[in-house]
Amino acid sequence: MAEVLVVVEHSGGEVKKVTLEMLTLARELGTPAAVVLGGPGTAAPLQDKLSEYGAAKVYAGESDDLDGYLVAPKAAVLAALVQSTSPAAVLLGSTQEGKEIAARLAVKLDNGLLTDVVGLSSDGVATQVVFAGSTIVKSRVTRGLPLVTVRPNSLTPAPAPATAEVSTLDVTVDESAKLARVVERKVEAKGARPELTEASVVVSGGRGVGSADNFKLVEELADLLGGAVGASRAATDSGFYPHQFQVGQTGKTVSPQLYVALGISGAIQHRAGMQTSKTIVAVNKDGEAPIFELADFGVVGDLFKVVPQAAEEIRKRK
Amino acid sequence: MNIVVLVKQVPDSGAERNLRTDDNTVDRGSASNVINEMDEYAIEEALRIQEAHGGEVTILTMGPSGAAESIRKALSMGPDKAVHVVDDALHGSCALATSKVLAAALGTLNADLVLCGAESTDGRVQVLPHMLAERLGVAALTGARKLTIDGSALTIERQTDEGYEVVTAQTPAVVSVWDTINEPRYPSFKGIMAAKKKPVQALSLGDLGVAPSEVGLDGASSAVVEHSKRPPRSGGQKVTDEGEGGVKLVEFLATEKFV
Ligand SMILES: Cc1cc2nc3c(=O)[nH]c(=O)nc-3n(C[C@H](O)[C@H](O)[C@H](O)COP(=O)(O)OP(=O)(O)OC[C@H]3O[C@@H](n4cnc5c(N)ncnc54)[C@H](O)[C@@H]3O)c2cc1C
Ligand SMILES: Nc1ncnc2c1ncn2[C@@H]1O[C@H](COP(=O)(O)O)[C@@H](O)[C@H]1O
Repeated sequence: MAEVLVVVEHSGGEVKKVTLEMLTLARELGTPAAVVLGGPGTAAPLQDKLSEYGAAKVYAGESDDLDGYLVAPKAAVLAALVQSTSPAAVLLGSTQEGKEIAARLAVKLDNGLLTDVVGLSSDGVATQVVFAGSTIVKSRVTRGLPLVTVRPNSLTPAPAPATAEVSTLDVTVDESAKLARVVERKVEAKGARPELTEASVVVSGGRGVGSADNFKLVEELADLLGGAVGASRAATDSGFYPHQFQVGQTGKTVSPQLYVALGISGAIQHRAGMQTSKTIVAVNKDGEAPIFELADFGVVGDLFKVVPQAAEEIRKRK
Repeated sequence: MNIVVLVKQVPDSGAERNLRTDDNTVDRGSASNVINEMDEYAIEEALRIQEAHGGEVTILTMGPSGAAESIRKALSMGPDKAVHVVDDALHGSCALATSKVLAAALGTLNADLVLCGAESTDGRVQVLPHMLAERLGVAALTGARKLTIDGSALTIERQTDEGYEVVTAQTPAVVSVWDTINEPRYPSFKGIMAAKKKPVQALSLGDLGVAPSEVGLDGASSAVVEHSKRPPRSGGQKVTDEGEGGVKLVEFLATEKFV
């Protein structure tokens, strides 16, 4: 069976969940081969996890050049690998970086590209959910191999232990790929919460939360449920919560098992980012708020009363 | 500094959007079409750079004849002129083909800086900036929430999930921006009047030396096989808080095994 290249998303020495989803998906299409791209020493700590989820091979591309410049060096290494291995498909995470690498790869190989894919069948037909979650599209690459970016939380990762054989890639990066230099990486407060797009529970606050200080309430509920914190645009624009946590049309698309909307009206652009959540729960004092049209369970009431009581009740049950 | 801003016309994300049943492309006929929101931030950023450093700002759009309306709107914010790539053969172009055409158009414009939105609201693909940079052999600084210019040196703060990265490059470069970078101005009455007289150059595929077979539905590198409406979600249970709302919420979460 031909190899399916899975470009590993990782952070802080750990494999991200979307990678495990991609490995699971790749097994349906061929033999999964993980591609790790990063600075020296990146691959070793990821290897066990990649094996556990079925990677028969790990291609390790390690160089300061891969880490020190925006995506172009990674795309170059990947293009060479695709040319030398002729894989059955190439999967990347549908994240900012995943899409950007894919974009360059598509140009280099003159190969079609599908982004934000939530399913891929063995005949290469991909499923995408577009237009604020309202439309399901089946599509395929018609020039080249299936080159797709997979949206986090699209499927449940399943382990399938394999023994990954490590193959070291020769990384020589051309000057032309070193035009955008990363001079600094700043981590802004994140804490121990799961990442927004990968979390199985997301608790979001909107304008109704009222202030940055009150967002503690949203965080508290998120922590009790083991979830990530999200926010509506009204909340991020008002400075209640940092922009990278925005859910919706111009923010992140999330698809958790549980989405809790607190003081969010449910505007179409917000729904665009959370509509495909499995279960949706809302608290809003306006019984007519559109969020109730999609909530599996809604409480019409003041979030400053309902949320602390819910938090208390969860603590009691623990 | 010679700046080109990429502006795409898209169906309004606040209204219902559809794909056409005949050829599976975005239905622009029935939609209310607007400037891709993120591109307004790119225009604003260009105007601020022009105010500080001088130079010229040109709008570049690839789109059907109806996109002319969005081009005028963009010009009413203040840019000097526009280039509209319009050709019937472009209908149904994939991202790869779009990047080929825009790169060819940029080849005629001699830009120091190409500014664009981080993503478009219709496709949400987020790929054009790097595709263009790859084709043009220039740097791409993408996902900027802040851009500073010092001579030919560009520095951005690139928003990431964990925080941000500081990334630098020399002009010429493509820079894509998020809506956190600025607050776009509203066109003034004077701006709207002035926009009517600003030059808009139409370019065809022939003008750009791109063959019709390389673009459009026939030249597309990916295809929509079929599409369907997702069944709308229906609301479930709704309770009014009469002092027990929080408890009821947790009871629901418990039956669903979340607590
Ligand atoms: C092009 C474009 C892109 C956009 N992208 C996004 C996006 O990515 N994400 C996004 O979220 N929005 C986006 N928007 C904005 C969107 O249209 C809405 O304006 C926004 O989602 C509203 O946020 P909200 O629900 O928090 O605020 P509001 O609509 O003001 O709703 C606040 C809600 O809180 C309730 N409330 C107030 N106080 C309480 C209380 N004490 N207890 C309980 N409930 C209370 C109110 O009843 C109300 O329903 C976009 C808009 C445009 C035009
Ligand atoms: N047809 C087009 N004409 C002009 N600019 C475009 C076009 N398509 C995309 N762009 C630009 O590229 C950015 C990213 O688009 P996308 O990769 O489609 O998400 C947009 O915000 C626009 O600035």
